[in-house]
Amino acid sequence: MGAVGELVLETRGLTKDFRGFVAVGGVDLKVRRGTIHALIGPNGAGKTTVFNLLTKFIQPSSGAILYRGRDITRSRPADVARQGMVRSFQVSAVFPNLTVLENVRVALQRPLGTSFHFWKSDRSLQGLHGRALELLEQVDLATHRDTVAVELPYGRKRALELATTLALDPELLLLDEPTQGMGHEDVGRVVELIRKVAAQRTVLMVEHNLSVVADLCQTITVLQRGTILAEGPYAQVSTDPRVLEAYIGVPE
Amino acid sequence: MSVPGIQESRTAWRLGIITPGRKRAFFIAMGLLGLALPLAVYPVFLMNVLCMALFASAFNLLLGYTGLLSFGHAAFLGSAGYVTGHVLKAWGWPPEAGLLAGTLVATLLGLVIGGLAIRRSGIYFAMITLGFAQMLYFLAVQLPFTGGEDGLQGIPRGTLFGLVPLDRPLTLYYVVYAIFLLGFFVIYRTIHSPFGHVLRSIRENEPRALSLGYDVDRYKLVAFVISAGLSGLAGSTKALVLQFATLTDSHWHKSGEVVLMTLLGGMGTVMGPSVGALVVVTMDNYLSGVGDWVTVIIGSVFVVGVLAFRRGFVGEALHLARNFPF
Ligand SMILES: Nc1ncnc2c1ncn2[C@@H]1O[C@H](COP(=O)(O)OP(=O)(O)O)[C@@H](O)[C@H]1O
Ligand SMILES: [Mg+2]
Repeated sequence: MGAVGELVLETRGLTKDFRGFVAVGGVDLKVRRGTIHALIGPNGAGKTTVFNLLTKFIQPSSGAILYRGRDITRSRPADVARQGMVRSFQVSAVFPNLTVLENVRVALQRPLGTSFHFWKSDRSLQGLHGRALELLEQVDLATHRDTVAVELPYGRKRALELATTLALDPELLLLDEPTQGMGHEDVGRVVELIRKVAAQRTVLMVEHNLSVVADLCQTITVLQRGTILAEGPYAQVSTDPRVLEAYIGVPE
Repeated sequence: MSVPGIQESRTAWRLGIITPGRKRAFFIAMGLLGLALPLAVYPVFLMNVLCMALFASAFNLLLGYTGLLSFGHAAFLGSAGYVTGHVLKAWGWPPEAGLLAGTLVATLLGLVIGGLAIRRSGIYFAMITLGFAQMLYFLAVQLPFTGGEDGLQGIPRGTLFGLVPLDRPLTLYYVVYAIFLLGFFVIYRTIHSPFGHVLRSIRENEPRALSLGYDVDRYKLVAFVISAGLSGLAGSTKALVLQFATLTDSHWHKSGEVVLMTLLGGMGTVMGPSVGALVVVTMDNYLSGVGDWVTVIIGSVFVVGVLAFRRGFVGEALHLARNFPF
């Protein structure tokens, strides 16, 4: 897999220009293996756009992305996901009319290699139920396995999304505001879950809740208007006068 | 963002009075009904219904289970009819080869049209499929072998596998019924396959499916090709039944009609499109005496049907059964 501490993800001069509006401008991001890395910054700073660029949902205007030392700047989104860099979405992304179990199972079924087999019965997927329930157990959703996802409360949907993402056993997990819209109880649960799953992988997360960031993350990158304003551990970043200035007047 | 009309699922959630045993019993009863029906009802009418039911079911694989609205499906129905008609009439091929040829051509057309359209979504996808269908319609009008405005008339039915002469309506009916069941089974199996589950995830949330590592365009393309091929099978069979292939089946009216049948019966349900086809073909058939008013009547039925039964006839019935007792 590679040693803890080496770079798992690196961007060089990553830039996205939306018809003249530079949403991300020359970002050099370095994410080290085995860490929980936070990407913070005021609304509109370009955090989600960075995620979209990293996962190839949009093409950069310039710059390069290296994942595990390989240039993936021109890769396709599904390829990036298959190589172990998996994202979640800022707005809850479940499969609304599938059951909780089916949501997780969709993620689990790809490694079976039968996902194009339209002639095979879906009974062949039943072998995945054990693993699916384990994943649901982690987010306390096992008892809701047959609930249609659309009927879950918002915080529970986000938990389901996290379980679905974890089903892929990603090497690098990109979480876009995983605790946003969650009740207090869910936040605590998700923080513990992230801490737990981060034991075997790298996490890059966008997070507005600074106490969560302080609690979880070793490295923090502060983004403002598409460029990196500051970077370092929480104690250093949180006392940086430029960061304070950027955050004052932008209550989150 | 719940989509009305999409409720089909194989897992245990909310089955209400629908038990697996009852479901099986229902399918067996329907199967037997299909065997007995031609003894009571005019077989050519029934065969027409079966062809349209297969067409709509194939269309529903895209609309109901993949979330793709094609507005050019007449292209597959129509061109397969012409191909089958031509090889049977001009080249004297046996019926099984004729059906195969039509289906194959529609499948290849699906690959080409799908390959070019699949990257677009929503209304753009609908418009590109319509555009291709219009081009094919133009070809159907211009090419010599289609017979232009008159169409291909007097297509011989021949002898199936050199053994079964298809001139008796009842014999033909059972052959058509077997073709329908085969096509229906392929669709049913596709829906309830590992592939079908990926399709459903794409329908439900395409970016999410992509982020899980599914090349969504490839899955959509395979679904499109299967749908086109089976629509072709429906068109080929129809040409064999009616012994003619005309411009009607390539016209964009047919592309609209199949949307109508699917919505009316219930998109995203296994049986819905067949029920919708039955309703529309019946109206077409028995109201043909009313002349131009038939479109107005069908239009009104559609409007009232969709307003009163948002999930379609079958969708509403399933909804009631799942929430039983009310
Ligand atoms: N597809 C797009 N087209 C044009 N502008 C966009 C697009 N996506 C994001 N932006 C703009 O880029 C900026 C950064 O957005 P985003 O990355 O979502 O910010 P954040 O996630 O940090 O709140 C915003 O001003 C937003 O309006
Ligand atoms: Mg954002």
